[in-house]
Amino acid sequence: MASTAGEVRALLSSLRSAYAATPTKLKIIDLYVAYAICTALIQVIYMAIVGSFPFNAFLSGFLSSVGTAVLAVCLRMQVNPKNKEFKELPLERAFADFVLANLVLHLVIMNFLG
Amino acid sequence: MASRSVGAFGSILASVILLLIGVLAFSIRLFSVIKYESVIHEFDPYFNFRVTQYLSKHGIYDFWNWFDDRTWYPLGRVIGGTVYPGLTLTAGFMWWLVNSLNIPLSVETVCVFTAPVFSANASWATFLLTREVKGTGAGLAAAALIAMVPSYMSRSVAGSYDNEAVAIFALIFTFYLYIKTLNTGSLFYAILNALAYFYMVCSWGGYTFIINLIPMHVLLCIATGRYSANLYIAYAPLVILGTLLAALVPVVGFNAVMTSEHFASFLVLVIIHVVALAYHVKRLLTPRMYKVAVTLVIMVGMVGAITLGAILVTLVAASPTKGWSGRSLSLLDPTYASKYIPIIASVSEHQPPTWPSYFMDINVLAFLVPAGIIACFLPLSDSSSFVVLYLVTAAYFSGVMVRLMLVLAPAACILSGIALSEVFTTFTRSLKYHAPLPPPQGSQDMIKDKEFLQTQLSTLNSTINDKAKETPGDKGGKEELKERSSKRSRKKEKEREVSQKATDVDKKKRLLGLPFEASALGIVLLVILGSFYVVHCVWAAAEAYSAPSIVLTSHTGDGGLHVFDDFREAYAWLRHNTEEDDKVASWWDYGYQTTAMANRTVIVDNNTWNNTHIATVGTAMSSPEKQAWEIFQSLDVKYVFVVFGGLVGYPSDDINKFLWMVRIGGGVFPHIKEPDYLRDGTYRIDAQATPTMLNCLMYKLSYYRFADSSMDGKGYDRVRRTEIGKKNFKLTHFEEVFTTHHWMVRIYKLKSPRNLIRGKTKRKGKLAAKAPKSVSSKKQPRKNPF
Repeated sequence: MASTAGEVRALLSSLRSAYAATPTKLKIIDLYVAYAICTALIQVIYMAIVGSFPFNAFLSGFLSSVGTAVLAVCLRMQVNPKNKEFKELPLERAFADFVLANLVLHLVIMNFLG
Repeated sequence: MASRSVGAFGSILASVILLLIGVLAFSIRLFSVIKYESVIHEFDPYFNFRVTQYLSKHGIYDFWNWFDDRTWYPLGRVIGGTVYPGLTLTAGFMWWLVNSLNIPLSVETVCVFTAPVFSANASWATFLLTREVKGTGAGLAAAALIAMVPSYMSRSVAGSYDNEAVAIFALIFTFYLYIKTLNTGSLFYAILNALAYFYMVCSWGGYTFIINLIPMHVLLCIATGRYSANLYIAYAPLVILGTLLAALVPVVGFNAVMTSEHFASFLVLVIIHVVALAYHVKRLLTPRMYKVAVTLVIMVGMVGAITLGAILVTLVAASPTKGWSGRSLSLLDPTYASKYIPIIASVSEHQPPTWPSYFMDINVLAFLVPAGIIACFLPLSDSSSFVVLYLVTAAYFSGVMVRLMLVLAPAACILSGIALSEVFTTFTRSLKYHAPLPPPQGSQDMIKDKEFLQTQLSTLNSTINDKAKETPGDKGGKEELKERSSKRSRKKEKEREVSQKATDVDKKKRLLGLPFEASALGIVLLVILGSFYVVHCVWAAAEAYSAPSIVLTSHTGDGGLHVFDDFREAYAWLRHNTEEDDKVASWWDYGYQTTAMANRTVIVDNNTWNNTHIATVGTAMSSPEKQAWEIFQSLDVKYVFVVFGGLVGYPSDDINKFLWMVRIGGGVFPHIKEPDYLRDGTYRIDAQATPTMLNCLMYKLSYYRFADSSMDGKGYDRVRRTEIGKKNFKLTHFEEVFTTHHWMVRIYKLKSPRNLIRGKTKRKGKLAAKAPKSVSSKKQPRKNPF
């Protein structure tokens, strides 16, 4: 157990140090993803407490936060300098795609909100 | 320079070919308009046509909120919530667009020609899809094949105004955008993919095929180690946005998140996130640390996964069908429908196909598809593995239901296009290398060298053999000779090596090429194969799939054409000779046509959403006259009609469908027992038939006055090929009001409630006797307004 605890601590410290080395741009995107996931979790807990009566309202809210998190992850993949397959993709194009995707997502959400 | 102009010429040629393919796809579907008239076919298209008429007349808000009270009397039907709106909205939009440009096309014309227009679009979408997989040549071949393939043509001739006309286009287009996103990794195409998927959900219930095939493909890619960022970008936004868009369509609604058909997509979404995280962490950490992380996650995650799995399993097992809808379950378990849902089992399109129907429907492609599968494996990419997976699943589903051969057709065309393109490439390459061009530089010298060396070697051998016995003194000379010749040969060898390397590549290509005659013959044979395919497709379009089934034809003895227009005659009679709100009862096959053409309220129609209601009508048809009259009276029915083919030999009449009436009715009302109608296990209507059969309403309504009106008085039924059993009988509760020209539709009216208190009236006196008489006299003038 002690060895595993030590290993876990080593693992966590190596994770932390490796993560600290990522560029700031990506850390901002990660922060946004974490925020969106937290919002989704809060909505699920609220639904569990209060009940799911306007189910389309819950579904649209939940899927809006999860959707924007997923799109931010896609943006992060496209912007990450370590990804070889996206070397020729200009950053502005990736961000423009992200904005357009969010626009479409939220248009649909507002329609479904009821 | 030459290659650029060749490239430009090639792309212009490709565009011209695509345009011609579109024209071909449109025109080959026009046989029914040429042979018969511009009329809507079959049964379901009439409902779609009626809905489109309503949409064009009242606008889109009234269309969404429409409650139809002219069908399923007295239940009605919520049209806005139970119809897939894609087709009607598309046709309505085209009609509005054309009319706003002041081209006066009627709604019916637009509806009839929607399917050919969208089949041209489908061929272009197939070109785009196959180009993403294998290149332009394969794309053109696949587009040409799908423009003509009989299976797709059968559901998209001019006049077949059904969901599949636009749904197949939406299917191929969605797949194209998915492959494009997979190849480019662009979020823009991912959004377009989700929107195309939305159009597919609007159009057809078969969208569940897409939302299960794409997760299967993602799982396949992950399992074979081909996970990449492109895969995540292609899949995750599609699921989120796609589920949301699917929930927007009223027919699907919350089923998008609650039924088992969609669970696969959510499961694979979770899996792909786990895999993405694993890859990301693997890149961050050293291998040792990664192993520690993996063991830790597995230990912790196992507990969580087991609890989550237990919750999910109990939720799913609580519903009796495990969350799947009846139709999907009958696809997975082909025997399900015949055991539990006789209505689904009774539709002829839902039966498994026979072997000949494969050769009828996809013809030559059945041979080319395996070659295409092999071509997809050299080399294997994400897109080619997707196409192979699509074919395999479509082949399985087409084996379950003949209607789903339609989904197999695009896959077969894509793979055959790939195969044809690869074969043609090989053959033409072989031809090119055997063409009479000047041979490469070193070859002639090479040949000369070979001969020189050979002569050298032979002389050496002979000299060595001859002088082997000679004295060593001579050997020096011989050795010198040998050395000199060997030096010369070594120099020649070096030269040979250099020139050989230049010609080695060429030689390899030549070796890969087939002999000239073989490749020329191969090309000729392939062209002949293609011509067989074209001839078959045109034959299928002209003869097999162009029948509108509302108008029948046959050839008279002297070669003329005899037209049977009985159905429209009957509906026109109903439209002009009955009251506006009279209810008409018939078997559910004719419901849509009755509401669309006769404009009368029906009891059951082709939507078949209420099994009990259909069973009620089936029971009424199987019962004796009095009980049937009572059932129909309780439903406010005024007119009943049956379709009878015995006089002309029309095989799809109601007597042949009678077994389903008995089975469906017997499924809900236990007093209808199938063995009562069977003699030796078959349904018979001749003298050997059971008394229950000879007394049931269907028999009586079909054969009333049939024996008297035939020339020999015997009543020979041409479809069943026997004389009928009970010949001269009278109807007590129904009266015949109309029989069409060829006796194909026979319309009866329910007699008003009989005066049942005959005996008691005399005792009660004249008061009671007067009342019914006045009622019946009042009814007399209202009977026949014309």
